[in-house]
Amino acid sequence: MSADSFAAAPTDAVTMARFEAVVLPWFDAAYNLARWLVRNDADAQDVVQESLLRALRYFGSFRGGDARVWLLAIVRNTCYTLHARHAPESQRESLDDEVLALPDEGPSPEARTLLAVDIGSLQQALERLPPPLREVIVLRELEECSYKEIAAVTGQKIGTVMSRLARARERLRADLSPPSTEAGRHDVR
Amino acid sequence: MTCDETRLLLHAYLDDELDAAQSASLLAHLGACNACAARYADHAQLRTALAQPALYRRAPDALRARWRATAPVAAPASTTARPRRGPLAFALAAGFAGALLLTSPAWIGSLRAPGTADDALVAQAVSGHLRSLQPQHLMDVASTDRHTVKPWFEGRLDFSPEVKDLAGQGFPLAGGRLDVVGGRTVAALVYRRHLHVINVFQWPGEAAADPQPYRQHGYTAIEWSGGGMRYVAVSDLNEAELRQFVREYREGAPLR
Repeated sequence: MSADSFAAAPTDAVTMARFEAVVLPWFDAAYNLARWLVRNDADAQDVVQESLLRALRYFGSFRGGDARVWLLAIVRNTCYTLHARHAPESQRESLDDEVLALPDEGPSPEARTLLAVDIGSLQQALERLPPPLREVIVLRELEECSYKEIAAVTGQKIGTVMSRLARARERLRADLSPPSTEAGRHDVR
Repeated sequence: MTCDETRLLLHAYLDDELDAAQSASLLAHLGACNACAARYADHAQLRTALAQPALYRRAPDALRARWRATAPVAAPASTTARPRRGPLAFALAAGFAGALLLTSPAWIGSLRAPGTADDALVAQAVSGHLRSLQPQHLMDVASTDRHTVKPWFEGRLDFSPEVKDLAGQGFPLAGGRLDVVGGRTVAALVYRRHLHVINVFQWPGEAAADPQPYRQHGYTAIEWSGGGMRYVAVSDLNEAELRQFVREYREGAPLR
């Protein structure tokens, strides 16, 4: 939608107030998801801006329900349309079972060492996850969405959400384990 | 339950998505299998680590300001803004609507079907909560220490608000501020639950008998009274958790 069409058909004040009360409380959630998906501030700002414009445009068709899920689904789609390079489709290999499969057994459990979970390591490990895995982790751990909500945002079945979460966490666990036992795992992007 | 099943289901268990029978079966397996128990411990640790607020990317204020301008503007202006950056005319409309919302709390109530006067007060509390989420509006006194928060209200109110420490119950105190509900100055205490904010408004008075939870736009407000004070707790938490908060608050030892 262009600036002109906004000027020609300004959103009325009641709709705007509703939009502000219903959708804008999830501003941070929208940004957080966009930022983790596109991995840089400038692109994330573009995505949120475009997502909110789309949300406003479609707001008339929003029939109640969970506004956060509704907005996050728009943000996710916007990320993948504006930034095709971040799209799961552009990372076809990442959907291969081989890449998404649960990693083999790591170190023996008796020799378990604590994971490196400082902020820097976690951030890098998250950014290294392929987008289909990163989005479920961000929605689950940072947004605290339920499986049902994640399924609604990503358009997947709940079973898919569960198995992707398991894969994502196994990947993070492997990535954050002490390097001596995990050599060679870091080259997967 | 086998180790393979456990590898998948322990995640559903961690996420509280597993039914009681499967949970019991999973716990039995974890009790008997060291490898799975170690895996579970790793994932529990990972979960806790991922909850660190520093990983949450909050929107920059400049971006937020585009959508939450607070100054009323009379006339739309022509714009040269790049479309993707958001038309100025739209920002002006947002500003005007935002100003309506911010300056007239009672106005939100009027959007609803005609209700009781009590509902109107609770609606004002909900809009007070929304207002408090604006940048720099949440707290006048930011402290997790109730011995700092409570004295701050002295001399600012004609009553002494009850401030409780609920950190042990998972609802740490974050601070307090003054707010206005129904034309009177009230105390607003700010508690947190993970990333959610809970506002507790309180002022002298009595709630209607058996008040019902009030829901609006994803926010829930629960009202109660006790000791001559009237309370409204507002949050975007789910209702069960907000009820738990209210229960803990009512049962928590008051600071005298």
